[in-house]
Amino acid sequence: MNGHTTAEKILAKSAGLDEVWPGDHIICKVDMAMAHDMGTPSIIKYFEEMGVKEVWDPSKIVCVMDHIAPSHHVTDADSKVSIRKFIKDVGIENFYDVGSGISHNVLPEYGHIRPGELVVGTDSHTTSHGTFGAAGTGLGYTDMAYVLATGETWLRVPETIKFEFKGEFSRGVGAKDLILQIAGEYGTDFGQYKSIEYTGVPIDLMGLDDRFMFPNMSIELGAKFGFTPTDSKVTEYIDKRTDIPYKPECADENAEYIEVHKMDVSKIDPKISTPHKVGNVVGVGEVENIELDQVFIGSCTNGKFEDLKIAAEILNGNKVAKNTRLIITPASRAVYSRALKEGIIEVLIDAGAVVTNSTCGACVGRGMGIIGEGEVCLAAMNRNFRGRMGSYESEIYLSSVATAATSAITGLITDPRKEL
Amino acid sequence: MRGIAYIFGEDISTDVILPTDYTHGSTIDYKHIFDPVRPGFADEIEKGDIVVAGKNFGSGSSRESAPIAIQLAGISVVIAESFSRIFYRNAIAIGLPVITAAKITDFVSEGNEIEVNLGTGIIVNHTTGTKIEGESMPREIQSIFEAGGLIKHYKVNKGKIEIQK
Repeated sequence: MNGHTTAEKILAKSAGLDEVWPGDHIICKVDMAMAHDMGTPSIIKYFEEMGVKEVWDPSKIVCVMDHIAPSHHVTDADSKVSIRKFIKDVGIENFYDVGSGISHNVLPEYGHIRPGELVVGTDSHTTSHGTFGAAGTGLGYTDMAYVLATGETWLRVPETIKFEFKGEFSRGVGAKDLILQIAGEYGTDFGQYKSIEYTGVPIDLMGLDDRFMFPNMSIELGAKFGFTPTDSKVTEYIDKRTDIPYKPECADENAEYIEVHKMDVSKIDPKISTPHKVGNVVGVGEVENIELDQVFIGSCTNGKFEDLKIAAEILNGNKVAKNTRLIITPASRAVYSRALKEGIIEVLIDAGAVVTNSTCGACVGRGMGIIGEGEVCLAAMNRNFRGRMGSYESEIYLSSVATAATSAITGLITDPRKEL
Repeated sequence: MRGIAYIFGEDISTDVILPTDYTHGSTIDYKHIFDPVRPGFADEIEKGDIVVAGKNFGSGSSRESAPIAIQLAGISVVIAESFSRIFYRNAIAIGLPVITAAKITDFVSEGNEIEVNLGTGIIVNHTTGTKIEGESMPREIQSIFEAGGLIKHYKVNKGKIEIQK
């Protein structure tokens, strides 16, 4: 008899069943639901259509104003007026207004994520919570209205793909380069409808900020869930933030995987995704010296504390190139505050960076770093789709923070291993 | 469902289906559908026409404005070689028919008149006189799209989804 993967074990528990298998359609009880400022206005509308006036459990819902924050159009400001009223009317207990940060970073920071739980959010990068052993996945606004009303959703149990990493990263190379390597090698739809488990010594050695990259970017591979191991680094982090008991679920030794891929990370060099697909991946050497109008470091993917620290180490004592703008968006207020106390923000500003408040901002093309016609941006974020950051006639290249910060100094796409 | 096919490539993201600038609150300006790759599309089509695409249609965000804009523009069904999971799920939730059909872009050319049977998944190309079989939405959750989407389903079934075996 075969065992079960992490996703199968969490979903069985959520469905109240002894076990579930890939391909099963099940009704799950949700442990935590997140809605943001772009999704909530539609949820309010659907509640009216459904005739629903109460949410299923005000303590299990988090609302974060992260996408268009602060508002810069009256329509967005009006939306937030109606969201704040809705929050009060239905009594949602966990509300994080403008400036708190990006939901995927805010939820774990404030103790809303626990290993072994099912988390749904109105955002595709909800997969991020697999860093903390939770099955996180994105839903649309209709599905979320249904969750907020009933506490339930239907899910298809996914097959699971496993990655086994080994080796040591070479200097200047890290988690982002590895995930881009995977996107380039296997494609951005190879994980469609599936769960992905990332394992091996290189993952075990990483801090949580770096591990976050894998569950977070799993959606860029098409996946439903992504998981890194729930070890003591995770439980120590969680235990500082929640008193609610939880039970981690780890894959059984004899779990059945649809694919297993082994990779040696020591062979990876700095990677770049070229416009307009995350899967258009090349080594940095192939696109070196492309001129940059803007460099962006931020988003749920690359706005974490360790990201800002790397940027500051590279930018310390240097200046951003004359014809290039560097925009840095800390992922949350907690990240921003810690970076401020540790002198990181000062280094970034002295180098010539614009440091914005914590928001999705430029990464969703809704402010704080929109790019215009003909402009080229190198971005340490998650997507380079056409028009993502503004003009349809602009180009976005994706990279690690190290490559982005190094390139901001030269104003050209530059190998981070180069001595400047 | 019978209509004229409009062909799109692979990896059409939700940012391409409806750029984020055209959603404010719950208001969706569907006139800008497919703007980055095919400006004027909303005016070009007739009600009931069909979108045909390569693999990974609807990749990217969870924005429901993407399938809603397609529905508002009057497209009757989207046929793609594969769909990103959130787009697919959103289509079910809002009642937009979607059919998965491998090699559909080899079988249909721009401007062909095609007919889709949602029950059987059979796709007939009336222009070329050929037919292929696609994959309909999963029967396990049939009651959701039979109701015309999740909101209508909620009202009829008092918030209980029955999984068909």
